[in-house]
Amino acid sequence: MTTTTAETSVTTQVHRVYIKATPEAIWDAITKSEWTERYGYGGRSEYDLRPGGTYRGFTTDAMRSVGAPDVAVEGEVIETDPPRRLVLSWHFLMDPELAAEGSTRLTYEIEPREGGVTRLTVIHDLEGAPKLSLLLSGGMEDVGAGGGWSWVLSDLKSLLETGEPLAGSHHI
Amino acid sequence: MNDDEDRVFKALADPTRRFLLDRLFERDGRTLTELESELEMTRFGVMKHLRLLEDAGLVITRKSGREKLHFLNPVPIRLIHDRWIDKYTERQVSALAELKAKLEEGEA
Repeated sequence: MTTTTAETSVTTQVHRVYIKATPEAIWDAITKSEWTERYGYGGRSEYDLRPGGTYRGFTTDAMRSVGAPDVAVEGEVIETDPPRRLVLSWHFLMDPELAAEGSTRLTYEIEPREGGVTRLTVIHDLEGAPKLSLLLSGGMEDVGAGGGWSWVLSDLKSLLETGEPLAGSHHI
Repeated sequence: MNDDEDRVFKALADPTRRFLLDRLFERDGRTLTELESELEMTRFGVMKHLRLLEDAGLVITRKSGREKLHFLNPVPIRLIHDRWIDKYTERQVSALAELKAKLEEGEA
């Protein structure tokens, strides 16, 4: 996942899920605290949705109770085209070792498909961030760090389609 | 079972396609030429397998300059895990927990 050949950068993670929901609903689920608190890592979010605006993802009470800082992820809005495309710089701050790997680039692509289904693709450019890459591919789930993007997206799909997140997803 | 899950199970039910997924797991973002070099199979054969993996959502292709790169998308497997595997393993785990409790009661 972290090797680089002459021609191709192979430090990008691509995750895709089809959700029976509108692009607007998915956009809100990504950008609004009332939704981000209900799936995945479950923290509040703050977006100033304009190029150059600040983005912050916050930790939960449970995370802070075991010593996590207030801000889990911090970045800048690079591109915003609601409800279709959002590009952010994305700096993970919860762990000093991972924070030292620096900022990464995250793109959300939201595309309506047939039959009320929307395709959500998350492209995470993790150049120079091998440890964060491992965390986000779910490689640290067994040590209580959550299952990364595929876990977050599975939970998001469940929440938007059934009104409930997956059972046991808020155990971290 | 819905069509999406059918496609994933069918895509996984082939050793060549599982081999391709394993190669992408090791190193993501590969070209057809790179993947083909690891298999004793015609280019057309490898393309056919990749097409099936793409239809199942397990492989995503993206353009990078003049190249088409193949990425592993683990989300469909996660969905099956969350929908099917968890359900059955949870029951096993709770059955074992009950058994343990009963045995320990017996000891007391």
